[in-house]
Amino acid sequence: MRASPISEAVNDAIVIAKRDLLVWLRVPAFIFFSIIQPVMFVLLFRYVFGGAINVPNPGGYVDFLMPGIIAQSAAFASFGTAIGLAKEIQLGVVDRFRSMPMARSAVINGRLLADTLRIAITTVVILLVGFLVGFRFHDSIVQAIAMVALAIVFGVVITIVSAYCGIALKNEESVQSFGLVWLFPLTFVSSAFVPVQSMPGWMQAFANNQPVTIVVDAMRNLALGAPSGHDLLLSTAWLIGIAAVFAPLAVRSFSKIS
Amino acid sequence: MKNRSHSLSGVHLKNAIEATDLRKSYGTVNALDGIDLSVEEGKILGVLGPNGAGKTTLVKILTTLTRPDSGRCIVAGYDVVAQARQVREKIGLTGQATAVQEELTGAENLEIMARLYHMPKRTAKSRALELLDRFDLLDAKDRAAKTYSGGMKRRLDLAASLVGSPSVLFLDEPTTGLDPRARIGMWKVIENLVGGGTTLLLTTQYLDEADELADEIIVFDKGKIIAKGTSDELKRSVGGDVLNVQVAEEEDLAEVSRVLETLASTSANVSNEELIVRIGVGSRGSSALAEALRELDRLEISVADISIRRPSLDDVFLQLTGHSTAEGPGTSSSKRTKLKRGEANES
Ligand SMILES: Nc1ncnc2c1ncn2[C@@H]1O[C@H](COP(=O)(O)OP(=O)(O)O)[C@@H](O)[C@H]1O
Ligand SMILES: [Mg+2]
Repeated sequence: MRASPISEAVNDAIVIAKRDLLVWLRVPAFIFFSIIQPVMFVLLFRYVFGGAINVPNPGGYVDFLMPGIIAQSAAFASFGTAIGLAKEIQLGVVDRFRSMPMARSAVINGRLLADTLRIAITTVVILLVGFLVGFRFHDSIVQAIAMVALAIVFGVVITIVSAYCGIALKNEESVQSFGLVWLFPLTFVSSAFVPVQSMPGWMQAFANNQPVTIVVDAMRNLALGAPSGHDLLLSTAWLIGIAAVFAPLAVRSFSKIS
Repeated sequence: MKNRSHSLSGVHLKNAIEATDLRKSYGTVNALDGIDLSVEEGKILGVLGPNGAGKTTLVKILTTLTRPDSGRCIVAGYDVVAQARQVREKIGLTGQATAVQEELTGAENLEIMARLYHMPKRTAKSRALELLDRFDLLDAKDRAAKTYSGGMKRRLDLAASLVGSPSVLFLDEPTTGLDPRARIGMWKVIENLVGGGTTLLLTTQYLDEADELADEIIVFDKGKIIAKGTSDELKRSVGGDVLNVQVAEEEDLAEVSRVLETLASTSANVSNEELIVRIGVGSRGSSALAEALRELDRLEISVADISIRRPSLDDVFLQLTGHSTAEGPGTSSSKRTKLKRGEANES
């Protein structure tokens, strides 16, 4: 009667993912944060700030900006994950799931699955708007796809960190304020929106050596058709490293709930 | 260990829940300090205690959410630690918070639960409808749960815990936060549940709730069971009914107490400030009330108020711990009372 643990884990994760996506579709604020806000960011930076920002690359600021804004949006999408998990723990939804004969891993895996899809949708929307405001890939379709893939993987890794925060903090408000504390500096003190060389020296030291810059540089090189091997390797190492630290942490604190 | 034989014997009434010397502490707090209890199949056990008594901790251990530090529990024939998976196949849990997905409709909430119990899509849909119907939510099935009233949400929550047709159900403070009408509605729902042979463990801070619903009650305080028995047994342990007569004129107090003393053949307790005479009348509350009325009427004594006060579980708690307080003096048995821990014992 009982399915194998693996097929059960997959089945349950899919049910949870579907549920999370359904919730996402029902809440206007979630749609706003994952679609409207990134689009507003694109327009804001393209037309308001962009004129004042000097960039060295061919194609001008819009081609500089798009990889950065895609990465930033992917990272910010993880807020939803952390808040959703914290809320569910608070409300006892997770307790109920844990008292049921289902795969406990599904609560986290299902959410990651749903978030991967959400991040992919956001990325595609931003790219479409980007094309409308003048963004172009400078290299082949392979590089373009690689850039999108890197953005999504980056988003998922950040989501794992957020998931850990949500599970560990278990409180919507703290998750929200704590998220700002680490996500804002990481995304804005990076090469996402401006060249790092324009920052003060001490800040450059941080900006140049943190994962968001490294991933954004790799994405940008892919988009602009610049050599990207080194950045890709470094990005991969960072992302694997972050996931290797935070995935077990998230699982551990999840199993210690209550 | 011998408890294992229960799952094999078909002759005796089986225990659906059995806990032996259960202990759990958080830091220096002994949330559970040696709990022994058992619940026969199809019965309702009420776990009554004030905030912080350890009720939720007990529920979490019995529903495999938390491991006990020591002790053993068998639920539906399985060990909650060693056979957690089998236990989960048999139980349902409605926790202290309302665990429904507010953005989703009632139907969606239940269908998702059914899918997580690995029912095929069509079965899941019909199971959801069946439960919505049973809990009087059919009309609201396609509305987001956030538009539901508190009582409806709680019913949906309860329905969600029944999707897997559990044989043992746990309800942690199912009516806390509900208005009186919704609370009575919830009681009816809960009473109907158990008809089908489901065993129920219910925690509550409300004395009247345990009184109303439970076959047997255990009184919890600071992680310990301080009393157990039926509601009647517990009440009997604090003594019988008390007749209260409040007079209009102070000069009548002596006469009234003389009348009542003849009636009850015990001595009365007179409060000059309140103008009240109280007297114990054993278990013959109503007839004593009628007799007293008749006699006082014959003597033309004007009575401001007359009532019979049955001992509440509140009195039980007060007597057992010496530290709990009801909401005030002179509570009648119908008044809603909630256990509170006395100020002096807070620390
Ligand atoms: N996860 C926890 N961490 C620390 N202390 C806890 C935890 N859960 C419960 N407690 C403590 O254990 C005691 C019993 O709590 P609980 O079982 O929730 O009581 P009740 O449900 O009767 O209100 C309380 O003193 C509470 O503060
Ligand atoms: Mg509790």
